[in-house]
Amino acid sequence: MLLKVDGIYVGYGTVEVLNGMSMDVRQGELVTLLGSNGAGKSTLVKTISGFLRPQKGAIEFNGSRIDHLEADAIARLGLSHCPEGRSLFIDLTVADNLKLGAYIFKKDENKVRTRLERIYNLFPILKERRKQKAGTLSGGQQQMVAIGRALMAEPKLLILDEPSLGLAPLIIEKLFQTVRNILNEEGIAVLLVEQNAVKSLEIADRGYVIESGRVVLSGSKSELYGNEEVRRAYLGI
Amino acid sequence: MLDIELRVFLQAVLSGLLTGGIYALIGVGLNLIFGVMKIINFSHGSLMMLGMYTTYWLFTLLKIDPYVSLVISIPVLFFIGVLIQKMLIRPIMEYSENNQLVVTMGIMLFLENLALFVWSPDFRTVKVSYVGTVIPLFGLRVSLLRLIAFAGGLLLAFILYAFLKKTDLGKAIRASSEEREGASVVGISVKRIHLVSFGIGTACVGAAGTLITPFFYLSPHVGRLFLLTAFMVVVMGGMGSFIGAIVGGFVIGVTESVGAVALPGSIGQIIPFSLFILILLFKPTGLFK
Repeated sequence: MLLKVDGIYVGYGTVEVLNGMSMDVRQGELVTLLGSNGAGKSTLVKTISGFLRPQKGAIEFNGSRIDHLEADAIARLGLSHCPEGRSLFIDLTVADNLKLGAYIFKKDENKVRTRLERIYNLFPILKERRKQKAGTLSGGQQQMVAIGRALMAEPKLLILDEPSLGLAPLIIEKLFQTVRNILNEEGIAVLLVEQNAVKSLEIADRGYVIESGRVVLSGSKSELYGNEEVRRAYLGI
Repeated sequence: MLDIELRVFLQAVLSGLLTGGIYALIGVGLNLIFGVMKIINFSHGSLMMLGMYTTYWLFTLLKIDPYVSLVISIPVLFFIGVLIQKMLIRPIMEYSENNQLVVTMGIMLFLENLALFVWSPDFRTVKVSYVGTVIPLFGLRVSLLRLIAFAGGLLLAFILYAFLKKTDLGKAIRASSEEREGASVVGISVKRIHLVSFGIGTACVGAAGTLITPFFYLSPHVGRLFLLTAFMVVVMGGMGSFIGAIVGGFVIGVTESVGAVALPGSIGQIIPFSLFILILLFKPTGLFK
């Protein structure tokens, strides 16, 4: 088990958002979280990557407890979080944004360069734009930078929080296909949080359905597709 | 021969530019601290005072030339900055700006009174042998000390600029100031960046203190003279903008100096302040923001 979330409770002030949430991600699989706004999806991933602290419960990553660690320490363990809203360094160039993604092994210049070439292969447009400030790119290209930055660190687990937000359908299609390809090629596990349930389930291996801060249903892609409730509430079919 | 009025004016502009180099260095330090931590550092002036006293004592007790003392005052002030950040600023990072303001102001009062207590309120000066050296320049006269201060201020500001632009740590500092969350997710310890940035900002203002010590008097409250100017420089240039702080430094330096010769007494200050208000009226975020 790569990631194991075990009965965590998280709240903002007096408001409980996660109520005993448990889930896991195995090596090399793509897991998606389905759930309406406010169900606790973003809170879950923010807690996993160290921006929020659980009041109860445990989070294990790659065999060790991480729920007491700072976000940067968790990143150094090989968990890359591509946050909602991207959190790009908009005044820095595309190349600098990507290179900072490899900050945890910045001393190994060869590795950084190889990794950078790899990202440029995945997203050729970023190579063309490498000297431009990240803030001058289109939304889709910025999302590529954000995903590319997260992949620069050669993570074991990639968390994607709402990657399709504000993007055109055609671009989402391409982006998701790229994500799936990386996963297959490099064996990186992905935890995908998405409003667009149809698209995310399409590329996922498994999924969790979250309501009011806990898992109400989980299963493989085909099981979720076959579930009447999921079809009606999330897939609209 | 130049017309006498014109010569006075040009001399004032020149002298303002020279002062501007120092203002720029002070502003750049304040700006780095604000840019990275969003902390308004009222203790900036009193940290400059510490830089000045460091130089004064090294000169008085050990006969170390003030400019040579830079290699000591810079690391000393860096270390003091790191210590202050760790002990006093870090605990208040998550609180409201008002609370932070009170803390940095408290640090200022503490440092000033500490200086009063250990060094007395006496005004002191450092007298180097080359104090009166004057260099002629296009029919104008430039004091060697002020020229060194100007060149040193700009050089250090430039080194900081290159450091922020080119090095990994510099890029990590810029990244953290732009996007705290983004910096954390790539594995940058933002806490450590804050520590280093406060140290660097303090070292900058300390170095500025050292550079002016050969031609400026020292006293425990001397930092206040520069604190207000530093805020004007940074706000006029645009908070968080590096280039803004440099340009702001020169604009304030020149207008202050021209104001002093154009108008009688301290009323000359009206010129930089009016310009400051005018600029903010039309560009409230500052020139470069």
